[in-house]
Amino acid sequence: MNAKLTLNSVAKSFGDNQVLRNISLTINTGEVVSFIGASGSGKTTLLRCINLLETVDNGSILLDGTDITAVGLDANPIRRRIGIVFQSFNLFPHLSIRRNVTLALTEVLGKSADDANETAINLLARFGLSDKIDSYPDRLSGGQQQRVAIARALALNPEVLLLDEITSALDPELVGEVLDVVRELKGSGITLLLATHEMGFAREISDRVCFLADGVVAEMGLPEQIFSHPTDPRTQQFLQRVIAAGRLRG
Amino acid sequence: MSASLSRRAAYERTRKRRSIAVATVSSLTVVAAIVLFVPRMPRWDRVKESFFSGERFADSFPRLLEAFVLDIKIFAWSMPAIVILALLVAIARNSRSAALFPVRVLTIAYTDIMRGVPVILSIYLIGFGVPGLGLERPWNSPLLWGSVALVLTYASYVAEVFRAGIESIHESQRAAARSLGLSNWQTMRFVVLPQAIRRVVPPLMNDMVSLQKDVALVSLIGPIEILRQAGIDKAKFANFTPFVGAALIFLAITIPLTRLTDWLLTRERDRTGASKVR
Repeated sequence: MNAKLTLNSVAKSFGDNQVLRNISLTINTGEVVSFIGASGSGKTTLLRCINLLETVDNGSILLDGTDITAVGLDANPIRRRIGIVFQSFNLFPHLSIRRNVTLALTEVLGKSADDANETAINLLARFGLSDKIDSYPDRLSGGQQQRVAIARALALNPEVLLLDEITSALDPELVGEVLDVVRELKGSGITLLLATHEMGFAREISDRVCFLADGVVAEMGLPEQIFSHPTDPRTQQFLQRVIAAGRLRG
Repeated sequence: MSASLSRRAAYERTRKRRSIAVATVSSLTVVAAIVLFVPRMPRWDRVKESFFSGERFADSFPRLLEAFVLDIKIFAWSMPAIVILALLVAIARNSRSAALFPVRVLTIAYTDIMRGVPVILSIYLIGFGVPGLGLERPWNSPLLWGSVALVLTYASYVAEVFRAGIESIHESQRAAARSLGLSNWQTMRFVVLPQAIRRVVPPLMNDMVSLQKDVALVSLIGPIEILRQAGIDKAKFANFTPFVGAALIFLAITIPLTRLTDWLLTRERDRTGASKVR
């Protein structure tokens, strides 16, 4: 397997708050990796750094062996290769669902309106949203909005997709439909990175699970190993609390 | 169930009827007081003759209407200029590029200065000052430079309205746009501005209502528009009625505009806000 993403000693602070201290890891092409950990452990910041929405203070991130954190590099072409889906959907409320998906296609990739439209129609059909194509985001349920957000990110055909707690803002009964979409993506060749609190789902879908604590990778390995035989005391403690809260079967 | 009202709806209806009745009675009382008392003031007859003369009104009204066309013209060419200039200033102030730092400083100075000077002063200074440079016709027209003064003043206010609109768009919208590979400018053009402009239309309309009135200030440096024409008629007949006529003409425009603004504001609030608290 070849490395898609390599993080070398990545560090990131916001003022005095050092969120990421020293993160080093390698993710292979087509791999599905879940990042778990307590709130504030740096999951979201890590994903935002990979998408270059945040600049890293120290260390480097390599995409296919190229340093994408190099100073002075144009972030836009790289962002096209790395999609991100946000916890709060962040659809463009003034644009129709169709235009939400086609905007970057026509304006960033320079595709014709017809080509872009075809891509949108196909993607939205794939996620069961064909009847919503001319609606506006505020007419859709949270689950539908999040599926549109995934379609919007996938429209650019990214090599890596970052999913930042994409079910955290959803009503419980809507979580399933979004997770189904993620299940469908697995194995399509895309590299998936998830920050999630859905422990059961992380266990089911991940090739590897990464537990973040205090701004470092406390433990990383196969889901079975992390969830059933965690070795790091911080992981053990965290999972005990998750089990106590009824969010994971022990 | 029959078509009868729910208990709640019946109660609301009684309450509404009662409040309408109270409002009507109190309004009538105030109007009656004015109608009864004002004519009893010692000089009412003189005031009535010099401000509300039917004859003078009928005589000068057509001339006033004709002169008002110039006000409308000034408004019509100033408004688009204001909106465009204000947008440019707001975008420049919001830019994050280091190269545009001097432009940002300049726009800050511009808004500070133009908002700090009374409109009437900038009309005097620009309207008399620039033609005084010895420019050739038609570039020495006070009408032109008076309008420029209006545009510069109003654009500084409107720029702040636009800036507030731009800043009201949540950072997550920018993040979503940038994550798709859109450039800063594309993000502004396709994502931020369309939402910001929609949000600031009601406050913008307020400024337009003010502009509609302030157009009359251009008369101070020469052009014969409605206020000037009313002044001429007043001087000719030593009667103030033309001013009342001019006021009515302004109201005929500004009141509908104000009502429209209120309606837009309410609609915007209903669209975005939570339901009203009783």
